[in-house]
This record gives sequence, C-alpha cells and structure tokens, in this order.
Amino acid sequence: MELRLDGITHRYGAVTVLDGIDLAVGSGQVVCLVGPSGCGKSTLLRIIGGLEMPTGGAVHLMGEPPEGCFNPLTYVFQDFALLPWRTAADNVSLVLEDHPLSAEARSAVVADVLARTKLTDFANAWPRQLSGGMKQRVALARALAVRPAVMLMDEPLSALDSQTRELLMEDLIGLWERERFTAVYVTHNLLEAVRLGHRVVVLSRRPGRISEQMTIDTPLAERDMADPILLAKAERLWVAMRDEAAAADRELLHV
Amino acid sequence: MSEVRPVPFRGGGFRPRSIGVVGPIVFVVLISAWEAASRLGLITPLVLPAPSEAAAAFWELLETGRLWLHLSASLQRLVVGWTLGTLVGVSAGFAIGLFSLARAGLMPVVSALFPIPKIALLPLFIIWFGIGEGSKVATLFFGTFFPTVIATYAGVDGVDRTLIRMGQSFGLTWWSIVRKIVLPGALPAILSGFRISASIAIILLVAAEMIGAEFGIGAYVLLAGNLMATDQLIAGVAMLSVMGLTVGFLISRAERLLLRWRG
Ligand SMILES: Nc1ncnc2c1ncn2[C@@H]1O[C@H](COP(=O)(O)OP(=O)(O)O)[C@@H](O)[C@H]1O
Ligand SMILES: [Mg+2]
Repeated sequence: MELRLDGITHRYGAVTVLDGIDLAVGSGQVVCLVGPSGCGKSTLLRIIGGLEMPTGGAVHLMGEPPEGCFNPLTYVFQDFALLPWRTAADNVSLVLEDHPLSAEARSAVVADVLARTKLTDFANAWPRQLSGGMKQRVALARALAVRPAVMLMDEPLSALDSQTRELLMEDLIGLWERERFTAVYVTHNLLEAVRLGHRVVVLSRRPGRISEQMTIDTPLAERDMADPILLAKAERLWVAMRDEAAAADRELLHV
Repeated sequence: MSEVRPVPFRGGGFRPRSIGVVGPIVFVVLISAWEAASRLGLITPLVLPAPSEAAAAFWELLETGRLWLHLSASLQRLVVGWTLGTLVGVSAGFAIGLFSLARAGLMPVVSALFPIPKIALLPLFIIWFGIGEGSKVATLFFGTFFPTVIATYAGVDGVDRTLIRMGQSFGLTWWSIVRKIVLPGALPAILSGFRISASIAIILLVAAEMIGAEFGIGAYVLLAGNLMATDQLIAGVAMLSVMGLTVGFLISRAERLLLRWRG
C-alpha cells in the first residue's frame, strides 16, 4: 500500500511543531525520517498512524491491503510496549484476539511469527526475563502477526546497545526482503537511516519542515557499512542537520 | 608508589533480609517473659493477666461454643461489608479513571467524604439502617468504599499510556483495552488498596460491634472490658490480631497468584 501525506500541519498550543509536510511513500518502500530531537518525528508518525489528529492536512492510504491483513498501519514502539503480564506468545496473541480467528489458527499465526523472529524457544517467557533485543523481536513478531501493509517504526532500536542494534538491523532487512512491507522508520541515528532507508527525509525544527531528501539506490540486502558511498551520504545528512541539532541541544537548557 | 593498601569495602548495609526463625523466637521469648513475670508476681493479674489466663478464657469460649457465635457474626459482617464496599468502590474507581463525566462528578464527592471518620457517622447509620446488621454493614461499606475508589482510580491513572496507545494502534476494541491492558495494569494498586481497606474494615467492625451488638468480637471485648475481665479482653484482642494477620496473608496469596508476572 502507498501512503500520501498532504500538507500536514500540527500545533501544540502556540507552538507549530509540523508545518506543511508533503510526503509520498511508495509501496514496499522504506522511508527513514531523521531530524534533531524535538522536531516532531514522533508526532508525525502518530499522525500517520491515526493516533493523533493533525491541526491541518490529511494522510491517505492508497491501494489494497495484503490478503489477510488485520491492521494496515502497524506501529513498532521505541520502548517495545509489551504487556508485562503476558508471555511473549500471549503478547503476540493479544493483537489477534479481537479478530474472527479460531484458537488453532491464532496459535498457528503466533507460532509462525515467533519462528520468523527466532523466538520459538522464548514463547513462554515473561517480558521481564527477556533482553532488550528480545523484547523488540517480540514487538516485531506482534507487528508481523497482523500482516501489516505499512510499518510505522518510532526509533525501534534506540533503546538497544549497538551490537544488538546491528543484529536487529540484519533481521529487519531479512524480514523486509520476505514481506516487502512499506515502512516509515524514525531514527536519530544517521547510519541506521542510510542502512535501512530507500529514501531518507530530513525534518527541520520549529517549525518541522522537510529540509532535505535523499534516495539511496543500493539494494538493502547489499548494503555494507564500510561502503564509502553510504558513509558519504551519512556525512551529508549530518552536515544538513548539524546546526539544527546544536540548536536543539542548546534550547533544552532554556526550557 | 609508596604504600600498597587494599581498597576498603564500603558498599554494605541498607539491605535488610528477612530471617525466617527470628519472628517466632521473638514471640516465644516475649510471651514466656510475660508469663514468668506474672507468675513471679511482678505483674499483678488486675493490670495484665498472664498469657495462660487469656488462653484459659479462650478455651472457655471454645468449649461453651460461644467462640463460633462471636466469630461467625464478625466474619459475616466483615465479608459482606468489605465485599460490597470493594465491588462498588472498584467500579466507581474505574468509572473515574475512564470517563471524564464520572471524574468531574464523583471526584469532589469522594474527596469531601473520604476524610470523614466513618465511625462518626455510625449514629446516623443506626437511624437510617437500624441498630441491627444494617448499620454495621453500612459502616464497613462506607469505610472500605472510599479507600478502594481512590486506590483504583490512582491505579487506572497510573497505567502506562504507551501500552494503551499500543492497544489502540493495533485496533483493539475499547472493551479489550480495558480488560487486557487497564485492568491488569491497575491491579497492583487495587490489591494494595485491598490491604488498606481490609485493615480499616477490621477497625470499623470492632467499633460498630461495640454499639448494640449481642455477638461479635467487638461486643465480646466491650463486655470483657465492662466486667474488668482482662483475661477475656486479651483473648479477644488476640483474636483480632489473628484475624488481621489472616486477611493480610490471604491478600498476599492473591497478589502472588495474580501478579506472578512481576516475579
Ligand atoms: N502532547 C504534547 N503536548 C505538547 N507538546 C508536545 C506534545 N507532544 C510533543 N510535544 C512537543 O512537540 C515537539 C515535537 O515532539 P516529538 O514529536 O516527540 O519530537 P521528536 O520525536 O522528533 O523528538 C517537542 O517540542 C515536544 O515538546
Ligand atoms: Mg521521538
């Protein structure tokens, strides 16, 4: 499915957080959204996911959702958002329970997505027993269970250490190769953005506008972080963001 | 480098552990000392009867079958009053936690009535509900209702908003979100509210039974006090302690069962 944002504007009180964002995300495309902290990336993602009403503009979904899709726009949260009182398998099962699915069909889907995220052995573990990377895998399994058309990921790897992040990035690329979902991926990590995005969109702050866009043609599976082209792209993004990031950092001191 | 010294350890303490056998030993020592002091004449029986005399009073209560009469009367009031107060309190707490109108309408009432010691209203309850069971159950009901409401809505307010957002983002129904996210999230707070409301209920039970009750541990203690039968008084007080401990134990079991996920 394709996603189109038309003139998204959003204010919190007198503060204009987002100002006229136009963006189109093609089917099967991963768009990475980067920008200094506080520029409205999370707000924009919430608006795309229908969790927040924009002050102006609209988000449109185009095309048919895939066969058996229960939740076209599906979120992956930075802090995992697992229910601590449900085991890994039951956390996945949660999002299927409101749909007309027999108990056997449901457990088949749960077993399938847990296998795809390498969690079969941890199906009955409580979230508190799992490492951060494992928890985010459970959250990914939960997202896959509803067969999403568009994945909305808000800094899904930011709470993890760098080794775990590396492993999960490989897993994400593997999953994307199989499912070819459309995705909007928010991150503040530029290397993550050039690794995972077909396109990288830079958001400026106060007000949040699209200040730079960059396409990266190397297929996801072939990207190698030693590749000078990718590193140069990350460097260019950093130059585009640097002053704003510094401004954001200083501003926090005045709030 | 002139001198080589080991770094002294300074990270200890501030971590009390529970040592299983110490508690019972403290009890045995205290009661033995008390018994010995009574037998040696250091404590006159009028001031404080020996534990053995209190035990004898308890045994008499048991033999005459009056123990059961008192205990069943008290337990019945406790269970009925506490259960009603808890059911209505949890429902009201959820309403306040979930609906703006309920919050706006109920919160002022709850805030105004919560601080009133319910025992001060007992005369009114007697006029309204009669001197019999009605006024006693009503006292317990109101006494448990308010702390339960407050614990419940605070628990609902404290549920992690990102979990609710998660539920909404997956298109869960409102009822599913309440049942599978809000209720379990508020449960720890609700259960610790039960602990408080249960001890309030026991206090109010005794107070209410001191007015116009034939049976009940409160009535038994009051009568013993009027007759200066301090042995019976101590026996009655010990029963209240055991009752409180039992309720606390049951709530701990419920917590362990329902909050297994906390580990
Ligand atoms: N619910 C809210 N009410 C008021 N201001 C908000 C709210 N949510 C976010 N903001 C403000 O909007 C700006 C953008 O926030 P956010 O989207 O979280 O930024 P990012 O994810 O890019 O760091 C921030 O300045 C933040 O303080
Ligand atoms: Mg954010």
